[in-house]
Amino acid sequence: MIKKTTSPKKTEVVDPGYDARQAPINAKLGPDEKIAFFRDMLRIRRFEERCLRSYTQGKIGGFLHLYIGQESIAVGCVSVMGDNDHIITAYRDHGHALAVGMGMNEMMAENYGKYTGCSKGKGGSMHYFDPSRHYWGGHGIVGGQIPLGTGIAYALKYKGLKGACMAFMGDGAVNQGAVHESYNLAALWDLPVVFIIENNGYSMGTSQERSSAGENLAGRAAGYGMNWAIVQNGHDVYEVRDKVGKALKLAHDHCKPTVLEIRTYRYRGHSVADPDSTYRDKSEIEEYKNTKDPIMVYQNALVAEGVLNDEIIKKIDDSARAEAETSAQFAEQSPYPTIADIKKDVYWEVDNPQDKKSVGNLFFD
Amino acid sequence: MPVITYREALRHAMDEELTRDPNVVILGEEVGQFQGAYKITEGLLAKHGPKRIVDTPISEAGFLGMGVGSAMLGLRPVMELMFFSFYSVAFDQIFNNAANIRYMSGGLINCPIVIRGPANGGTNVGATHSHTPESIAAYHPGIKVVVPSTAYDAKGLLKSAIRDNDPVIFLENTMLYGESCEVPTEEYLIPLGQAKVMREGTDISIIGHGRSIQMALKSAIMLKEKHNINAEVIDLRSIRPLDEAAILASVRKTNRVLLVEEAKPFCSVSAMIACIIQEKAFDYLDAPIRRVTSMDAPAIYSPPLEKEQLPTPQKIFDAALVVLK
Repeated sequence: MIKKTTSPKKTEVVDPGYDARQAPINAKLGPDEKIAFFRDMLRIRRFEERCLRSYTQGKIGGFLHLYIGQESIAVGCVSVMGDNDHIITAYRDHGHALAVGMGMNEMMAENYGKYTGCSKGKGGSMHYFDPSRHYWGGHGIVGGQIPLGTGIAYALKYKGLKGACMAFMGDGAVNQGAVHESYNLAALWDLPVVFIIENNGYSMGTSQERSSAGENLAGRAAGYGMNWAIVQNGHDVYEVRDKVGKALKLAHDHCKPTVLEIRTYRYRGHSVADPDSTYRDKSEIEEYKNTKDPIMVYQNALVAEGVLNDEIIKKIDDSARAEAETSAQFAEQSPYPTIADIKKDVYWEVDNPQDKKSVGNLFFD
Repeated sequence: MPVITYREALRHAMDEELTRDPNVVILGEEVGQFQGAYKITEGLLAKHGPKRIVDTPISEAGFLGMGVGSAMLGLRPVMELMFFSFYSVAFDQIFNNAANIRYMSGGLINCPIVIRGPANGGTNVGATHSHTPESIAAYHPGIKVVVPSTAYDAKGLLKSAIRDNDPVIFLENTMLYGESCEVPTEEYLIPLGQAKVMREGTDISIIGHGRSIQMALKSAIMLKEKHNINAEVIDLRSIRPLDEAAILASVRKTNRVLLVEEAKPFCSVSAMIACIIQEKAFDYLDAPIRRVTSMDAPAIYSPPLEKEQLPTPQKIFDAALVVLK
């Protein structure tokens, strides 16, 4: 019988003199920016809670991979993006999408499989995209998006743009060959990419201890001569900002890649329908919730600073809940794609007949 | 008109497109300093420099996926697989990412990538290096598949493929790299999806693609000389898009069909075409459709036996006589 682990095996990174709040990137923050981070994290939480309700009502098909517990990472990372920075992630993609500015309506409608969804109902919850916001998905195969992120960085460098790609993955992805091939290419060719491992301790139901050799995940970068770092307190939006900011600067100024491992935790199952009790104890979840919940921790810090008070918090929370509720109504009332839509968006040429150069049949039914 | 090889024709196509469009970049194993494992890219590094001609490590999933990502941002990578057989280690990047990205993004993203390389048997390199995956590639909506059989077509089709905004699988043949024909010096493009009547005839339609077409032409000469049979030979040139109209027009003309291809018979391109013909031109058939394919086993190494495993002019000749009986 396999023993459940009470806490994933992870090397603690202790730097007693380090205070992320005092890091230059954070010290300059004004109250409006701090409130915006808080609002964005809370919007992700309320959106996903609303998604969960719809999922249990049978309104959303397939999987639902919730980001609850990890909100500080998407918000922190996106908050340091510059004009030419891009991001790509895996299937736990709601948080990143809201952080870059995608709307709850188009996201919820996508989950409902509606034509008003961000991918016209063709991608679903795992496959959100918004190239206009430099957000390249939303990818379903573990680790499969990492070569794509490396390619986005390659294209940025090729075009001479001072930008980088943040390529997100979970801790389960680090054992995929495509990830290692990407590490090698990025290090070999000095590509401006930040590989971000959101280490929530479990690849589906298998703990890090039972799936990944070695003491930490980011340290594998050393084998490629690549810079790496660990964000010990992934629930702290300031520490995320500071360390991602440094990795982005290295990419911008010196075209060097980084592997960044951000320690975090998810409260729900891998997908919400998955049984949660087979591989971890409830007490583990409760402990994290009570001591490290990223929204609670940040809220307490901002209250102590005098940036937030009960009245502002309630206003932000009410607004986030209302926005999420509105998105569910929007999705509910939206039309499904039509049968004819099934065969659109397959080939660029078919969708752009005025510029079509090929002849012959592209479809065979 | 100058006579050049299939190899040179491919090189000229890439050279011209590199010169025309700064977003075109050639990536692959040994394409630069080594001058190409099959010398397709010979001289391109010296002319276009290391930014445009990029040697990759042996890392197909990594560099093909990287190409897909760069194409999403507007580059036009032309990726060489030293043997197309190596596509199997990059299957997820080609058939999940390149093929699906447009669809799953609701049309927001397109992926103008070309993945090219030789996909053939007949060179005694064993089963792992002798895959002919045109039906596997064409199975995937979102992907286009091109298989040129002459130098002229190789150039005109590769130029069109590089300018195409959809992902294109471009399957070449090491046995054809040294074959020559007249190729104009002035620029030309051949649209994907347009079959070519290689030889006009009235008695039987021999339809196929790739090197099998060169064999079919030899068989057609034998049929004429020995039995005064006028065989029509149709080169599909691309599998997806497919020139159904050309296929059906020839069937309606000759009423007899022989399909040829180098791939294995099960779920192959010829199986699909037989299906299309029986759906759309059944009443025009005077005899059952027959096929000549590779024998249904992994590619054998043994040199004399590998010749026997593949289609031959004699096999095509014999099969045509059965159709005409």
